[in-house]
Amino acid sequence: MRREGSAFQGVGAVFVKELSDNISSVRMLMLELLIVVTAMAALYEAIAALRQNTAEDPFLLLRLFTVSQAPLPSFVAILGFLIPLMAIGLGFDLINSEHNRCTLSRILAQPIYRDALLLGKYLAGLATIAISLTALWLLVIGLGLIFLGVPPGGEEISRSLAFLVIAIFYAGVWLSLAMLLSIVFRSPATAALVALGIWLFLTVLWPMLAPAIAQAIVPPDPRFAVLGLDTPGTAIWTQLLQRFSPNDLFGEAMLAVLSPTTRTLGPVFLDQIRGAVMGAPLPFGQSVMIAWPQTVGLIACTIVLFVAGYVLFQRQEVRA
Amino acid sequence: MSEQQNHTAATRPEAVIAARDLTKRYGKTSVVDAINFDIAKGEVFGLLGPNGAGKTTTILMMLGLTEISAGRVSVLGFDPARQPLQVKRRVGYLPDAVGFYDHLTAVENLAYAAKLMGLGVAERSRRIAAALTCVRLLDVADKRVATFSRGMRQRLGLAEIIVKRAEIAILDEPTSGLDPQATIEFLDLIRELKAEGVTVLLSSHMLDQVQRVCDRVALFRVGKIAMMGSVAELSVQVLGAGFVVEVEADGAGIARRLAAIPGVGNVETLADDRFRMTADRDVRADAARAVVAANGALRRLSVDEPSLEAIYARCFQVPPSGGVRDAA
Repeated sequence: MRREGSAFQGVGAVFVKELSDNISSVRMLMLELLIVVTAMAALYEAIAALRQNTAEDPFLLLRLFTVSQAPLPSFVAILGFLIPLMAIGLGFDLINSEHNRCTLSRILAQPIYRDALLLGKYLAGLATIAISLTALWLLVIGLGLIFLGVPPGGEEISRSLAFLVIAIFYAGVWLSLAMLLSIVFRSPATAALVALGIWLFLTVLWPMLAPAIAQAIVPPDPRFAVLGLDTPGTAIWTQLLQRFSPNDLFGEAMLAVLSPTTRTLGPVFLDQIRGAVMGAPLPFGQSVMIAWPQTVGLIACTIVLFVAGYVLFQRQEVRA
Repeated sequence: MSEQQNHTAATRPEAVIAARDLTKRYGKTSVVDAINFDIAKGEVFGLLGPNGAGKTTTILMMLGLTEISAGRVSVLGFDPARQPLQVKRRVGYLPDAVGFYDHLTAVENLAYAAKLMGLGVAERSRRIAAALTCVRLLDVADKRVATFSRGMRQRLGLAEIIVKRAEIAILDEPTSGLDPQATIEFLDLIRELKAEGVTVLLSSHMLDQVQRVCDRVALFRVGKIAMMGSVAELSVQVLGAGFVVEVEADGAGIARRLAAIPGVGNVETLADDRFRMTADRDVRADAARAVVAANGALRRLSVDEPSLEAIYARCFQVPPSGGVRDAA
């Protein structure tokens, strides 16, 4: 059965209203404050460390994103941790709040499809995060210029832009998850708790569990252990399992894009590096190729979660 | 085929809503069970019944907000399942618990709904101002909805229907929780909608209020329409008579003259000069003429209109007959 009219009718109105709500909300202000303060602290430490070797590094701007100085992790690592928090904070009550406010049936009685409401809300959430990350990105570049005094090259800008795009895709995964949970659970508190639980599991517990599971699947070979090396089978399984976490995919993609010398994201065998000039940077396109599977993985994960939420929402009874 | 099915087999000439064997099932339970009804253009039609009788589910099916399990419903000639946008463009809906965005003002809430309706900026502003004037909320147009009482929210919901210029207004329990004054004002607004040619479908269990505004009602019981018709028709059918008129007058042969009035079913002589008539309409004018014709002196004339409450109570005491009775 073909529906009449466009599924996108009303998306613009929903998008503008939700974006306005997001940007002016106290919740968003607090999340932005948390991210900016933490990221700036990491950036300050990175700038202090980089001032020591300004002349030696051709990719100084990129180092701002990746250099860490104890006790703070790098700027990218902090974002990898905080972007999910921001996305969950925006998405955990996207749909259930409409139920609880009793606005859903009134809104869906207007000449729009449910698709428009869902898509408009999702895009508004993603746009909010994108605006925040872009502001943060500009702030990093601006501070880098001021404190390091070295103008960034074209490739540095390209790579940092690739970082921005991948970070938005990464946020998309968590926003999709939060939206899915806001459809499944009528209580925003339950949705938020479940989302935070999944985030903590994938970010903190899974990196510890994945090697243990990999060792159970492929027990380590003592001969490799004697040489101080990982057993290849175990290492491959560990990496495979860890890639179930969006956090790991984001970390790997960032490594490829922001560290031009990165040639592979998996275990390296001797025959693979034969003839390679160690420490030589790869062209931007090659780095993107390395990060591509991880980026596609993030996009695929977003689509799967969004579609799951879409199907559930379409089938949901709207009474409130 | 039941009596009601016979009646509705051919849609009324100006029926704007027509339901045929409309059914909603959850698993094996039918919450709306093969109901049939027609609602004419400009009519105020009441859906009555206890909570859980299937009134709201019927409304949701009309709006395409829940799937129809069997049967069909036509709203202004459109199928809500296949042409939901056409239906929603023409039908305004005020849910039982109407919700607004509390952080937005009345105007902003209406503007958002108007944008979803696809109205342009100028048209939007014009219609919103007119609607807020109509529901008497213009003086609080720029106040946040968080500060509004339930009655004001209900009126704002009605303003949304006015902004849409809906041909049909579906109001689900619109007066529940309102104080008496707010209820009176709201019922006046419903009458104004009717005067402007809007067809109103009103779901409620506030029987006296329904009686005040509805032209016809359908009584729901466990997913079926137990009875349908005007209050007078239902009264005759359920109570045996509709209007009870009491006459106090002296004169020769008054009882005989009163009994001869068309529509009068029974005349009871309470005293030499007091008579009680049961009729299927208000026959006070005819009774007065009969007294005058008998050269009598009329001292008192009163009428007890049929009570929907009495009909409802009687209807829900007896088990359903299986088919639906249509008094129309």
